[in-house]
Amino acid sequence: MSHFFAMGGYAAYVWPAYAVFFIVLLADFVSPLLRRRRNLRELRARLARQTARQHRSATPAVNS
Amino acid sequence: MSKWIPLWLHKLGSPPIFYRFAGTLRPWFLGLALVAGAVALYGGLALAPADYQQGDAYRIIFIHVPSAWMGLFIYGVMAVASFVALVWRIKLAEAVAMESAPIGAAFTFITLVTGSLWGKPMWGTWWTWDARLTSELVLLFLYLGVIGLYHAFEDRRQGARAAAFLAIIGIINVPIVHFSVNWWNTLHQGSTVRILGPSKISASMLWPLLTMMVATKLYYVASLFGRVRADLLELESGKDWVRRIATENSVPGEQA
Repeated sequence: MSHFFAMGGYAAYVWPAYAVFFIVLLADFVSPLLRRRRNLRELRARLARQTARQHRSATPAVNS
Repeated sequence: MSKWIPLWLHKLGSPPIFYRFAGTLRPWFLGLALVAGAVALYGGLALAPADYQQGDAYRIIFIHVPSAWMGLFIYGVMAVASFVALVWRIKLAEAVAMESAPIGAAFTFITLVTGSLWGKPMWGTWWTWDARLTSELVLLFLYLGVIGLYHAFEDRRQGARAAAFLAIIGIINVPIVHFSVNWWNTLHQGSTVRILGPSKISASMLWPLLTMMVATKLYYVASLFGRVRADLLELESGKDWVRRIATENSVPGEQA
């Protein structure tokens, strides 16, 4: 097993290359998922504000 | 719309239908990509023998070459989608073109870094300004230029059109990258795998390489679908179908 990880003396080049491959692709895959979640959360907040505003204008104001 | 375009294809261009279609298929593409990638890694790192000249350092080929192919392939997809977006003004084509750019940039970046890590032990240098390496760096800058131009405009669709122009003009670099090893004398080795004629590589090394190529293609589709879905939600945030998704997806614990 240690023979495998040694990569014939080239471990310092082979494993970082594979690490870059996986880290970059993982970041590429996760970023749109986070972006989608954030956008949906913002949209929900906007919709909630809208309905609250509509609700306020529908009921007669108290202080006038 | 012209008569020769089938109705299902026309429908697939509609954002809500594509959103659902991509959402259903994305996990399958990702799953297949992971399976193919795992098989390719086992074949490349464990089963394939060491190279008679390069020892085990050559094993970087199993990610370097598929990434390089993807960098060029995705550029082609981006340019075609850009052309469709400019000519027919299809929103989905804009999304495909603009969301392909970051994936292509990621693969091109991987190609440059893994190539550098391969070049140090084999050539004795991290970097050299020869034709293949320089044109590959230009490819990365083209991707970054497309991404930057897209985000430089206040209006997203206007930005997409400007960036689409750059994407189409930049396609000239793709054959330059591909043929650079033949046209100029470079430190970079020539093509190992050929579509026409026999490949200059043994079968035990070739099949992990081709399997990884399939895995990266599948991954691209999965990543693109995820990105286009996120993009469509932003582009259409005022529409009813997006509002429905927003209200349906409200997490119980979260303040809706």
